[in-house]
This record gives sequence, structure tokens and C-alpha cells, in this order.
Amino acid sequence: MATIAVSQPQLRQPSKLTLMLRYLRRNKSMVFGLLILLFLVGFTVIGLLTVDTKDAYPLSVRGKQEPSLKYPLGTDFFGRDMLAAMVVGMWQTALIGVLAGGLGTLIGVVLGFISAYFGGILDALIKGICQILTPIPAFLIQVVLAGSLDKRSVTIYTMAFVVVLLAWMAPTLVIRSQVLSMKERQFVSVAKLSGVGDLGIIFGEILPNLLPFIVAAFVGQVFVAVFGSFYLSVLGLGPLREPLMGNLIWAAQGQSAFFNGWWWWPIWPSLAMVLILSSLALINMGMDEIANPRVRRSE
Amino acid sequence: MNPVLHIKNLQVSYYTDSGRATALDNVSLSLNAGEKLGLVGESGSGKSTMALAMMRMIKQPGRIEGGQVFVDDEDLLELSDEEMLKARLSRIAYIPQGAMNSLNPVMRIGAQMIDAIKAHEPKAAKADMEERCKQTLESVDLKRSVFKMYAHELSGGMKQRVCIAISILLKPKVIIADEPTSALDVVTQRQVMETIDRVQKQIGAAVILIGHDMGLMAQFVDKVAVMYAGRLSEVSSVRQMFTEPKHPYATALINSLPSLDNKGVFQGIPGLAPSLLRLPSGCTFHPRCSRVMDVCKTVRPDPMKLSSGQIVACHLYAEGA
Amino acid sequence: MSLKKVIERLLFLILVIWAASTITFFIPRISPKNPIRERFAALARTGGFSPGDMEKIVASFNTKFGLDKPLIEQYFDYVASIARFDLGISLNQYPKTVAELIMESLPWTITLLLVTTVLSFVIGNLLGAVAAWPRAPAWLRAIATPFVLLQGVPPVLLGILLLFFLGFKLKLLPLGSAYSTGVVPDWSFSFFLDVVKHQIMPALSLTLGFIGGWVLSMRGMGVTIQGEDYVNFAEHKGLPGTRIFRDYYLRNALLPQVTGLALALGGLVFAGLLVEGLYGLPGLGSVLNAAIQSNDFLVIYGIVLFITITVATLMVVVELLYPLLDPRIRES
Repeated sequence: MATIAVSQPQLRQPSKLTLMLRYLRRNKSMVFGLLILLFLVGFTVIGLLTVDTKDAYPLSVRGKQEPSLKYPLGTDFFGRDMLAAMVVGMWQTALIGVLAGGLGTLIGVVLGFISAYFGGILDALIKGICQILTPIPAFLIQVVLAGSLDKRSVTIYTMAFVVVLLAWMAPTLVIRSQVLSMKERQFVSVAKLSGVGDLGIIFGEILPNLLPFIVAAFVGQVFVAVFGSFYLSVLGLGPLREPLMGNLIWAAQGQSAFFNGWWWWPIWPSLAMVLILSSLALINMGMDEIANPRVRRSE
Repeated sequence: MNPVLHIKNLQVSYYTDSGRATALDNVSLSLNAGEKLGLVGESGSGKSTMALAMMRMIKQPGRIEGGQVFVDDEDLLELSDEEMLKARLSRIAYIPQGAMNSLNPVMRIGAQMIDAIKAHEPKAAKADMEERCKQTLESVDLKRSVFKMYAHELSGGMKQRVCIAISILLKPKVIIADEPTSALDVVTQRQVMETIDRVQKQIGAAVILIGHDMGLMAQFVDKVAVMYAGRLSEVSSVRQMFTEPKHPYATALINSLPSLDNKGVFQGIPGLAPSLLRLPSGCTFHPRCSRVMDVCKTVRPDPMKLSSGQIVACHLYAEGA
Repeated sequence: MSLKKVIERLLFLILVIWAASTITFFIPRISPKNPIRERFAALARTGGFSPGDMEKIVASFNTKFGLDKPLIEQYFDYVASIARFDLGISLNQYPKTVAELIMESLPWTITLLLVTTVLSFVIGNLLGAVAAWPRAPAWLRAIATPFVLLQGVPPVLLGILLLFFLGFKLKLLPLGSAYSTGVVPDWSFSFFLDVVKHQIMPALSLTLGFIGGWVLSMRGMGVTIQGEDYVNFAEHKGLPGTRIFRDYYLRNALLPQVTGLALALGGLVFAGLLVEGLYGLPGLGSVLNAAIQSNDFLVIYGIVLFITITVATLMVVVELLYPLLDPRIRES
């Protein structure tokens, strides 16, 4: 009569590490982005440990020095040791990025979630606010805001705050749409039927599936934060004493650095910014693939 | 009379991260002009892969690793890429599953029909092509005005018929209909099947109907081929398949069909279809077979022709068994 | 396009404008600084203002910032003046009104932005579409990557680098400003050429940076479209790859991109302003830059409001025009 199925021999599954490495080989943008990021992080960490951070501020060392053994990246007009400035600047940029990025993502996750999960008027309200605020040129408002602040109260933390103010809408909408589609999917209904409470569903079912999107949103927010803080500081609206890359460039422009022959002054911050933003853009692109698996297949 | 379609030893595999999955394992099949074959099997049995392989549309990580597909004595697998483009639609045509989304939403129906003709007959006159298209639309029971419409203005059944119309535009020798009625309601199903029937008679093509609705098959095809785990189990005429199926798998399938007499008792087939990555040795069906013998576990049964005309791949029917 | 939809969109537009104006209204109020007082102090030092003019400025500010009136009344006054297109008077460029300043500089900005938007949209989307198309040759698909990288480079930074290398070191292109010094603007062809030469680097800095955004979004779109049944069926019909690329793939993937156009413009505007400032082009950017440096806040707010309204209006216009492109939405 009926035969019992013979159990299948165990499939030889390649190890998780192998799978990840094979995937990384196909997702080159992610790899490059991570490599650059690694380099930057290494530079910053080693720098913080070896360099005297006081030298990053004006009137610390002799000014207008070309790069030499003593000052490998030269010094600027105001007496900053460029090497120290770069190290401290990178650290501060990272701080702003992570703080603002984290805050923006947090707001996005919370609001997007509430909006999608509970629906109704709350949803309409949150969605409406996001949509209305989106066409407003965020950077411009940030410029106005930063410009209105008392110059003494501008710190890297206030900058981070200013940047987050108009950046949270995008992750909110993304998370919201993801949660909406998940709500309809069967695993939620099944969990509900099994008697799992609301909290259980949120943390047990939905959040784990949202993870790739949350990470992608975070990277995006960090990018926006670093970009935004750069724009603000390059207009001279940042905390001027701090050696933020944008500040350095703004000061250099103000002193016509290129035309005075102090090429190293704006170049290092420019290069650093290019590296930071490129690595973030690459990682963003790489995350794009992870969140949208079909992109993977086409490579 | 030479069969218009002759598939010989077709071998298709998919190379995944977990290993090599054999989707089609040495499959051979023949069809004469005007004949209708129903290709049935569970999901993963290889029927859709067969269709794709015939159209040479297998994409990475899949690969056609061997075999020949003769249409009118010409092996499609040997053609250059250019020639294959020409062969599609003109020699062998494909009616997609789920026509819901198979038509370009931003092009008018007529434009989509004309670009098909133009790709094969670049010198054709515009007015002629238009007339041909409209006549073809009529032959599938659609109004000529559909020519100017967009896909979203048509119902599911109408869209499917447009796809059928497109497939017969160049009067191909072989038509593959891949589950053409799966997303439709019963009434429309019948309409679509009758349309396929009619156009096939008009142009005398051989039709392969892929699906898993045996009941629908029974009403429209001449022969039925049953596939299991990438291999052909049995090919019989419709009558034979339903009254005296030979292969145990085919028999189990027929038995599992609910009938009016036997209400309420469902007979499934115990066990699960094997993973294509790790096929059982010998006969792929042996772990679930009610009449398994020792030889089945080690030796793969080759398809052989019985006196009744049926083709079976089973050791039960080997000479001297 | 139903009437209901049109009204909905118009309502949305009004809401956006309201939100923007409210935000720009309240921002100065959070600052402990009293800009008027500071400004007057500076003015008093530099002199050059007759008492009569001074009074006019004070009156204007009192209307705008009527710091003596209750807040609600101030707010309504503000909204009313906006509705009248009265954006106030510029401090820096007195007696020009903000509106005048905007109108004068607008043509330059529009040219730059238009050229940049069109170029980056076309090139970016094409590259993105190709990048996602598996049958395109690998080298062609790889072209997209450097542009995605360039996304990370703020156009103004790129502008600095271009200015230094192409303008200063290699002396290939002029160092800035809209046209060569000493040239009188007229409608001649040679003037046109001169202007074009001066626009190359600014346009380049902007375009290069923005192509990347389109590449990424189009690539994502392209991958989705590729998986669509109709692309598959097109292949089954034996259509050549190039035709499938154009009619079945590109046409469908491009549609949703258009809706992003207006929003992209918003982002472009800001970068454009900075680049203009860098190159000394007499567009909105320079006006804004000067206003920021001299804290001419009425100009700042006026420009912000103007841009917001323009971007939001464009968004709505694009959305209303979309049915012309997508037959699926042409119903009713």
C-alpha cells in the first residue's frame, strides 16, 4: 500500500561565511564602500590615539606651513595642524552622522510603524505631514535655521539636530509602506490566530523582517546627515572653531587659499569629504541590492 | 510521416549555491502536426522548464546541457542567436501563463502585434500587417477594434485571447500553451480552450498544453505526457491515460481525481516530490511507489514503447519482469 | 483625470505653501538674536542712510515682524502679504524689493537648472536602464558606477576642483561669472557663445553629481520591470533585444521616474544655488549667498518661500500631466 517517503540525505549547504563571501563578490559596490569606510575609521581611530587633538584648533601651531615631516598635511592660515584637524574633523563628522542618522532612523521606525500598524486617522495624519513636508527644500530651511541661531550656540550637536529636523520623513514613509505590506501578509495573520499578542507580533514577527530596511534607512540617513552638515558648514554656518571639513573649506575659500598657493588647506578636507560621501553612497547602493533582491540576480 | 516536433535527450540543469539541480533529465518526446499533447506534472516536475528549453529561453543559472529539439527536422538548439530569434513565433510559439501581465501596458494591442510581425518580416507593408492582425483578432473571437485598445481595457479572457492571436500570427508549426487558463474562471477557461482548439485546426499546428488540471486536459488533448522530477514517466493517448494508465505515478494521479461516484474520499500520493538537487537513485519515484521492486532503487528505467502504443518508463513493464 | 483628483492636488499644493510659509515665519522667532537691532547698529556705523529711508525700512520690518503686535496678528499680516506677492524689501540692496531681486536673477538660474535637470535626467536614466539590463555589454553597464560614486561629491566641491584644474591650472575655461568682463550683453550669437562657455563648468559640476541619483533609482526600477511578464513575452515573440529594451523595458521603467522629476528639482535647486555662488553667476544663488553673508533675512525668506512654492507647484503639475504619459491612468 502506501510507502513512507525515504528521508532525503542532508543537502550539502555551504557555510554561512562562504555564502556571504560569494555574495560580496557579486556586490562590488558594497565591498568598495566598506573598504573605504574601514580605511577612514582606521585613520580616525589611529589618529585619535596618536595625534594631539589640541592642535586641530586655531593658533596652536605655526600657520601656512607646507606639508613637511613635522606637519605631514601642512598647517592652515589660522594655525591648525591639518593632520590633527582632519582626525578630529572626521571624528566629529562621524558623530554627527551617527547621531543624526540614528535619530532620524529611530523617528522613522517609530512613526512609520505606528502609522502603518494602527492605521486610521493617525496614519492619515502622519502620512499627510510627511507628504506635505517633502517638497519643502530641506537644505534651504536648514540654512535659514542655522543662520538664525546665535553663532555661539552652534555646536556639532545643534547641527545634528538641525539636520534631522527635515530628514525623518523619508524613512518614515519607507518603513510605513513596508509594515503595511507585512501586515497583510500571512505570517502576521497566522501569529494573530495563534494568540500572539500585539507586542509579540511587533517584536517577534515584524521587526526581524524590517531589519534590512531599517539598516538601509540608517545608512541613507547617515548620508543625508553628513551631506547636510557639510553643506551648512561650507556656507560658514557651522560651529566655526571646530575642524569640520566644511568649515575648513569655507575658511580656505574666504582666504583665497588656492590663489595664495596654500593648496593643501582645502584639498585634504575636500578629498576626505569625497571619500566619506562616496563610501556612504556605495554602501547605500549595496544596501539597495540587499533590500531589493531582484537587483542581485541581474548582476 | 515525420513528427513535426521531436525532442531528443533534453538535459537541463540549474546551478545554484546549494548545488546542481537537474530540471530535465534526458527527456525525449515526439509530436505530429495537428496533434495535441497535454503535459502534466506537479510543480517542479519540469514541464515549464521544458517549454522554456524548447524556446531556448533558459536563463542563468540554468543551462541546456544536452539534447536536440527538432522542429520540422531542424534542431533549434543548434541555431545561432539571430536565427533563434527568427524561429520564435514563426516556427514555435508560446502562449504565456497568466496573460494578465503579458501585454505591454503602454503600447496599444495593435502595436504589439505589428512589432512581432515586423521583427520577422521587416519588408512587410504597414497596411497588410494591420489587416492580418485584425483578421487574426477576429479568428480568436475578438472585435477588430481591439487593435486600437490598451491592455488594461480588456478582460482577463480577452487578454489571453490576444496572446493566442499573437502566437498564431506567423502560423508556427508548434504552439506551446503554458497553463493558459490558470488565472481564469471556469466559463472563460472553456472559451479560451475552445479558441486554442479552433486556431490549431485552422493552421494545423502541433500543440503542447502544459498544466495540472487533468480534467481540462481530458477534454482537449489527444495525448497526455506525465512528468515527474524532471523525467518522463508515461505518454499515452487520452483514453488510455484515463482508463488504463501504466506508470504507478500516473495511476496514482488518475486515482486521486475526485469522481462523482466516489465522493468524499480523497486519495493522495504519500510522501513529497524529491528535491531536484538530490534525486533518488534509480527510478526517481521509487520512494513513493506502491509497487516498488529492488531493481527500481538502483537502475533508472528507460522509456519504452508498449504494444498498446503507450510509452512508459517503469521496470514493471520491462521484458521478463 | 477626475475633477476630484485635481482639487485634491491643488489642496495639497496650498497646504505645502502654507506649511513652508509658516515654517519660515516662525524660524526667526526662535532665535534670541534681534536681527533688526543688530542690523541697525551696523547700518548706523556705516552710514549712508537718510533718516527717511531708515523709517521706511523700519516700517517694512514692523509690518513683517511687527514685534509690537500680538503674534496671531503678525502671522495673518504675514500670510496676507505673501498672498499679495509682497515679500518685503531687501536690506542689502535697498531700495530693491525682494521680488525684484528674484525676478532679475531668475533667468540665469532657470537656464542652469533646466540644462542640468534635462541632461542629468536623460543621461542618468539611460545609464541606469542599461546598468540593469543583463544583455548589455559589461563595460557599458559599468559606466554607471562612477556616477553613483560622484553622487557623494557635493556639486560645489566638484565645482571647486573643476575650477582649480580646468580653470586655473589648465586655463581651458573661464574662471567664473556669467560672461566675460567688459562684454555688453546683447542678443548676438557671439554673446551667446560667451555665455555658454561660462556655463560649462557650473553645468558640469551639477550634472555629474546628479546623474548618479537617477542611475540608482532607474536601476532599481529597471530590475523590477525586467521581471515583468510582458518583457518576457516580448522575448518569446522573437523581438530583437534593442527593441525590447526600448519599447517594453525603457518606456515602462521611465514612467515612474518622471514623477520624481519635480522632487529632484528641489534637491537640484539647492546645489545649484551653491554652485552659482561659487562661480559668481548672477542667479538666485548669488543673491542668496550675499543675503546669508549679510544676514539680509527678508531676502533669504523670500527666496526660500519662492523656491518652495515653485517646487511644490511643479510637483503638482507633473502629477496632473502624468496621465498623458501613462494610458492606464487616462480613465474617466
